[in-house]
Order: sequence, then structure tokens, then C-alpha cells
Amino acid sequence: MRQNKKLKNFGTFLLFGGPTLFIFSAVIVIPFIFGLYLTFTNWSVATGDNTFVGLGNYVEVFTDDGFLTSFWFTIKYVIACLIFANLFAFFIALALTSKIKGQGLLRTGFFTPNLIGGIVLGYLWQILFSRVLPFLGDQYGWAMFEKSWLGDPDKAFWALVVATVWQLIGYLVIIYMAGFASVPKDVLEAASIDGANYFQGLRKIILPLSIPSIIICFFLTITRAFLAYDINLSLTDGGPYNSTQMVSYHIVQKAFLSNDYGAGQAEAIVLFLAVALIAITQTYILKKREVEA
Amino acid sequence: MVKKNNSLAAILKIIVLYITLLIILLPFLIIVMNSFKTTQKFIESPFSLPKSFDFSNYIEAFQSMNFMQGITNSLILTVGSIIVIVFFSSMTAYLFARFKWKINSILFFCILSSMALPFQVLMIPLVILYGEMDLLNMRPSLMFMYVGFGLPLGVFIFHGFIKGIPYELEEAAFIEGCSRLRTFFVVVLPLLKPVMVTLIILEVLIIWNDYLLASLIVQSPELRTLPLSVFNFFTAYSVDYAPLMAGLLMAMIPVLLLYLGLQKHIIQGIVDGALK
Repeated sequence: MRQNKKLKNFGTFLLFGGPTLFIFSAVIVIPFIFGLYLTFTNWSVATGDNTFVGLGNYVEVFTDDGFLTSFWFTIKYVIACLIFANLFAFFIALALTSKIKGQGLLRTGFFTPNLIGGIVLGYLWQILFSRVLPFLGDQYGWAMFEKSWLGDPDKAFWALVVATVWQLIGYLVIIYMAGFASVPKDVLEAASIDGANYFQGLRKIILPLSIPSIIICFFLTITRAFLAYDINLSLTDGGPYNSTQMVSYHIVQKAFLSNDYGAGQAEAIVLFLAVALIAITQTYILKKREVEA
Repeated sequence: MVKKNNSLAAILKIIVLYITLLIILLPFLIIVMNSFKTTQKFIESPFSLPKSFDFSNYIEAFQSMNFMQGITNSLILTVGSIIVIVFFSSMTAYLFARFKWKINSILFFCILSSMALPFQVLMIPLVILYGEMDLLNMRPSLMFMYVGFGLPLGVFIFHGFIKGIPYELEEAAFIEGCSRLRTFFVVVLPLLKPVMVTLIILEVLIIWNDYLLASLIVQSPELRTLPLSVFNFFTAYSVDYAPLMAGLLMAMIPVLLLYLGLQKHIIQGIVDGALK
């Protein structure tokens, strides 16, 4: 009888969990473990070589100027996106939260860029930056736009930031709005009756109470920007003169163009650890500032 | 006095909001406007209105991009993967939520933790392993991987919801002699509809817009998804902007149409997805 029950349970387990566990192992678990192993070898498909090289690949990661440059570039990009996307989104969401006409329409509109995939989005901005903005620069003598931003390393950085922020704003607006909805109206009213002016109310009440949504938005911005690939490929393609290669771009090049799988995988692991570390740290720091309404 | 001030501020706020919206939507408007002109006209005056609705750019993009093939491939992959994700992940979530065995909580923990892994960590091993097995450049392999990446989110979302469903409903079915599997499909699955919508929306956006995984797995032109077709179209046309803009719009239209029809659900789905 007992044996029977065990057998039946095992059957249920296989029936309900089997397919998921099989696919999960084949797509995530095994590749992840194999990937860790890969970082200690100099795997090459062409030669069939897979000698054990110890920590050699990791040493290579931290001594490869190309990788370090792309890493530093990515950090700057993440910080710029973090600041601008959240600043814009926060204030747009704040303005949208009060009862105004066309709130739904505005929210829908702001969110639209977020539906577009990175490849299409990057090409759209490539056309704007290489043709439309220089046209404006010529026409009205705006020196800033006279030459395409994509031809200048410093400006190409900002081109990437502009396109990314443009896409992210609507996404963050929605999350901030959901957060504001949970700030009790009477707390705000009490503040204004007490004679608190708008900005005091913002700093002392709304901001501390929105920490949970700020944490989520920062987390989303950091992980998205850190791992960006599509927009990098389609908007700048790493150029001009390889000045805008982000980490993911560098990994793809290393692994699939130079066929240096071990080093590419080591870079990917380093990227993963860096994202995890930064995302967890920001959550930890902000969590401490959280207050209850 | 205070009241008047407030309403003035409110009007100002609305104006600023609409101007911001216009700026955000401007890139779309510029592309729409110029997709009806020639490349020459676009370069000379990108802000002029088109003289007529000339669809020749669209026809050219439609043919050169192999649009029908791209959209068919994207549809097959997106719909196929999502159906499998919904069924398998809801069944596994049910197993984890209803049978509190030790092995289940360990597996559930593993599946949840895997969501922290960025795709970049898995792409190189995937290409090597599936390459060794000669499974690259096949649509089923790509679909299999989309399912693999989608299952954890599904298990997570369904698990949270199933925990809240009273067990009595299922008990009634057991008493009537229903098997576990039948009970799941007849009693539990229909109750999952609200979260199913969330999962489907999130997965549609992820799979439909994916470029990197598809570009690594698929090489043959006839297997290209829409993002891959756009990429190849741009590489081939480089500066012939007019058809390129028409192509971009055609690539956007399917998702935009979906958004138009389901915007409330989509926004709700995105909020739910992000807050989890």
C-alpha cells in the first residue's frame, strides 16, 4: 500500500514536473554548468581543442584593454540612463497621478516606445541621428546637431543614452504611477493643510513613500542597461572606431567572431557578477531608507 | 485666489504633459511622414508633409525584407512557444503549490534563482552544446530555447496564484472521481486566466522582439524572424532611407496593433510583471 502511494506520487511528479524539468535542464542548468567549465578551458570548435587553462581566461578578461574599455563605457551608460530615465519618468508619473483629463491616453502614449524591440528602435534612431538632426542643425545653425552624433565617439555615447531613455521612460512611468497610487491621499492633504508647500511635500512625503517603486525602477534600469545589446548593434554597431562597444557587444564579438569561447564566457560571468552585485547593493542601500505610510 | 492659482497650474501641467508626449511620439511621426517620400526628398526636407500617399517604399520593403516570411516565422515561434510555456509551467506550478515535498521546494528555488541569470551567460554554452548535437539552424531548437527561458517566469507567476485558490474546489472534483490531471485541466486551469494573460503578454513582447538568441541559432534566410529580417534589410540597403523607414514601420505594426486592442491588459501585465 505504502509502496503504491510512493509510486503514485512519483507518477504525479513526473507528469506535472517532468516536461518542465527536462526543458529547464536542457536550456538553463546544463548550459550554465557547462559554461562555468568552459571558462577554465580554451575551447575551440575548429580545432577540437579543449585544454584546461585554469584561471587563464579570467586573467585575460582583466588584462584585455578592449574589455575594460567596454566595461567602463557600459558603467557610464548605465549611470546616464539611470539618472535621466528615472528623473523624467518620476516627474511625468507625478504629473499624471493627479486627476487630469486624458490620463489614460497620455500613459498609453508614453508607453508606446517600450513595445518596440531594440533592433527596430536602434535603426529608427540611427536614421534620426544621421539625417534628421543634422538637417535641423544645418537649417537653423545649431552647432550641436550640424554633424551626425553617430560619427563622434562622445556624442555617439549620448545618442545611445537618448534612444535608451526614450524607450525606458514609459515603462518607468507606469511603475512609478502604480507606486504613487499607494501613497495615501490624506497624508498629502494633511501636509498641505499644515502649510507644507509643494516641494516640501515632495521631498518629505512623496519621495520617502515611493522608495519601493524607486528600488524597482532602479533595478530594472540597471539590469536592462547593463545587458543592452540590440540597441548597441543597430544604433552605433560599436562605432565610430569601436568607441561605443558595450560589454554584451564585446562578448558576442569575442566568442562568435574571434571564436574565443572560453574568454567570452569568462567575460559573461564577470558581467553577470557585476550586474548582480550592483543591483543588489542599490536595493540594499535604498531599502534602509524605506518608511511606512 | 488659491483655487484660481491651482487651476492655472493644472492647465500648465496638462500642456507640459502633452508637449512631452508629442516629443516622445515625434520620432514615429517623422518616420511615418517620410516613408511616403523618396529618399531624395527625405534628405532634402525631412519635415515636409508627403505630397501623396505613395506606397512604393512599402512594396519595396515588403519584397526585399521578405516580410511575409519574417512575420510567419515570428508568429509560429511566438505562438508555439507560448502555448507550451503556459501548459508546462502551470502544471509544474500546480505540482509545487499543492505537494509540499522537500524536492519540490528545492526545485522551485532553483527555477526562481535561474531568473537572475542574464541571457549572456547562457548563449555561448547553448551555441556550443546544440552545435555539437547538430541542432542549430532549426526552428524547433529555437522554440525549445524560448520555452526554456520562459518556463521559470511562468512557474513563478502561476505558483503565486495557485496558492490562493481554495483546495476545496479540487477536493469536490476528486470526490466525483476525477483524476489529478483531469482536475487540473477542468478545475484549476480555467481559474488561471487572469495571470495567464499577464504571462502571455510578457512573453509575446520578449519572444517577438528577440534578436540575439534568434541570430545565434538561425542562419538560413528562410528561418529568419522579423527582427532578423529588419537587420538584414538594413545591412543591405544602408543609406536608401525611404524603403528602410517603410520597413521599420511594417515591423512595428503588429505589436502596435496588439497594443491598440489590448492596451489596458498590456499595461497591467507590465506592472504585474515588474512588481513581482
